[in-house]
Amino acid sequence: MKAPKSLFAAALTGAMMLAGTALAADKIKIGVSYPTPTHAWAAGMNWHAEKAEERLEALYPDVDLILVNSPDPSQQASAIEDLVSVHQIDALVVLPFESEPLTDPVLNAKKSGAMITVVDRGLSQPGIEDIYVAGNNPEMGRVSAEYMKSRLKSGDNIVILRGIPTIIDNERFDAFMEGIKDTGINVLDHKHANWNRDDGFEVMQDFLSRFPDIDAVWAQDDDIAIGVVAALKQAGRDGNGMFVVGGAGMKETIKGVMDGNELVPVDVLYPPAMIATAMDVTVAAFKSNGPVAGRYILGATLITKDNAKDFYFPDSPF
Amino acid sequence: MTDNPAGKKAKSLPFATDFKTLGPAIALLLLCVIGFSLNSAFLSEGNITNLLTRSAFIGIIAVGATFVITSGGIDLSVGSMAAVIAGVMIITMNMLVPITGTGITTVLIGCAISVVLGLGAGLVNGLLTTKGKIEAFIVTLGTMGIFRSLVTYFADGGTLSLDYGIRGTYRPVYYDSFMGLPIPVWVFISVAIIGWVLLNRTAFGRYCTAIGSNEAVAKYSAIKVDRIKTWTYVIQGICVALATIIYVPRLGSASSSTGVLWELEAIAAVIIGGTVLKGGYGRIGGTILGALILTTIGNILNFTDMISNYLNGTMQGLIIITAVWLQRGNFGRKKEKKA
Repeated sequence: MKAPKSLFAAALTGAMMLAGTALAADKIKIGVSYPTPTHAWAAGMNWHAEKAEERLEALYPDVDLILVNSPDPSQQASAIEDLVSVHQIDALVVLPFESEPLTDPVLNAKKSGAMITVVDRGLSQPGIEDIYVAGNNPEMGRVSAEYMKSRLKSGDNIVILRGIPTIIDNERFDAFMEGIKDTGINVLDHKHANWNRDDGFEVMQDFLSRFPDIDAVWAQDDDIAIGVVAALKQAGRDGNGMFVVGGAGMKETIKGVMDGNELVPVDVLYPPAMIATAMDVTVAAFKSNGPVAGRYILGATLITKDNAKDFYFPDSPF
Repeated sequence: MTDNPAGKKAKSLPFATDFKTLGPAIALLLLCVIGFSLNSAFLSEGNITNLLTRSAFIGIIAVGATFVITSGGIDLSVGSMAAVIAGVMIITMNMLVPITGTGITTVLIGCAISVVLGLGAGLVNGLLTTKGKIEAFIVTLGTMGIFRSLVTYFADGGTLSLDYGIRGTYRPVYYDSFMGLPIPVWVFISVAIIGWVLLNRTAFGRYCTAIGSNEAVAKYSAIKVDRIKTWTYVIQGICVALATIIYVPRLGSASSSTGVLWELEAIAAVIIGGTVLKGGYGRIGGTILGALILTTIGNILNFTDMISNYLNGTMQGLIIITAVWLQRGNFGRKKEKKA
């Protein structure tokens, strides 16, 4: 009794597996691996990835996008292994948690024959990826500096609130400092506010106690900028043409720019939507009749009142 | 640079126990001297007010932690608990806007919810530790993860923001002053006084100390050990809720990065203040000084550009270790021989 039943079951599973592989062979499978959203920017990225998945799968019924997020580098490495061994993906879109620990797992995925698209953070070994999609950190610093130059004159004072001490932060900061070199704009001091509202608030409070004359703030990030604005308002020093430049493209900030907020008049884009761009380009590699491989560096656009509506996504969590 | 002379003084002092209680106060005084010598604006009214207001969060939580630690427990979940309470408060108040409007009623309901949540979370931690017989370290490590992921989930990975109308009503709770002191400082002072009385002038406080120094003996002395220990976690939860009530109006938002590492700051404040990590001896006054020391360190680091930004953590670590070492003085030498 038992034997035929399990035999039947085995046969059924076998048939299903065959059907599964047959089906899989028809579909173009693309794995998308990125960090679990634990801060606002990443939540925005997650939202854009899900939207892109819906849109692309509706557009191309034979494309199957598999989204996986991981809470740390080692789990992301495991997730990539699973994408290769279980799903047998044709392409991998990966936003690495960290460059070093994920280089080998991505290299192994490449060895399986999958096409590789790397997003935002590069790998530590060159030449693995077929496509590279990223925001532009130095450009973000440079564009912010350009705006500061357009509003300030020689002898004006600014303070800078930096992010978490990382390469990304250094790239933005160095490009900004290069941008305002020889302009006579004084940088009174710069401190890390860790891309965080509370730290932005506290660091700015201390800057305000310490420096009686501040003309503008480069907060580098929209979350920090929210803390900075609260501190300025508390101290009653938000008038007299004082302004704050953040960055990234948070929806509330962009809404403010649209509405003509004088304290935060512009924003500099570092789009969480870049993962969607990467997914588009990767799908295009299978669907386009032209070559797609290469480097796609997104602009760090200066968002002003005129163009803000193009960057406003009211449904995104960021 | 300042620790050497102070250290020598410690060894030559005959009244070692006095030095032990004075340790944190001396450390704070030294920090203030350093702060003032860097920039006289350090002692400006605005900066002192900022400092005190900022210390209120960690300070209030640390008062609760003093009870937990004195009775031999530990609570690692407080930072995540604050974040999730803030998140639920904001969600509820936003939902109440169409029903109760943006007035004081909504804010009061929000605060009530905060206290209920804090009490409940503390009770869960306490009961799992006492009735569940699971190590406090493990229980609160678990709830730390649970609370943190809940707030991430509620916020959809992003940030929960308080309705602008309510923010207007609620804002004074953080930003307004009463008799020259900001409201959060008054809350901090009240919590500190109640905490001091509870620990030093009531049977409950003595039981906490007794349980912390020897749980078995306390049990044989007919102290209801489980009940007292559960209460310490409930007190901790209520303290977290109070801290959250004054935290939310500051920026009107909560996200998964809210309250990160507050548990370590609270524990550090308690230990710097002279409470013994393994229990049996607790000092509320010390805890208050500890919280002030921690906030002052951050403030001073923002007041100077002499130290590389990357070494902020090093400076904080050195000052914390020095503060505790100062307070141990040669008291520690005598005790260690006995142990």
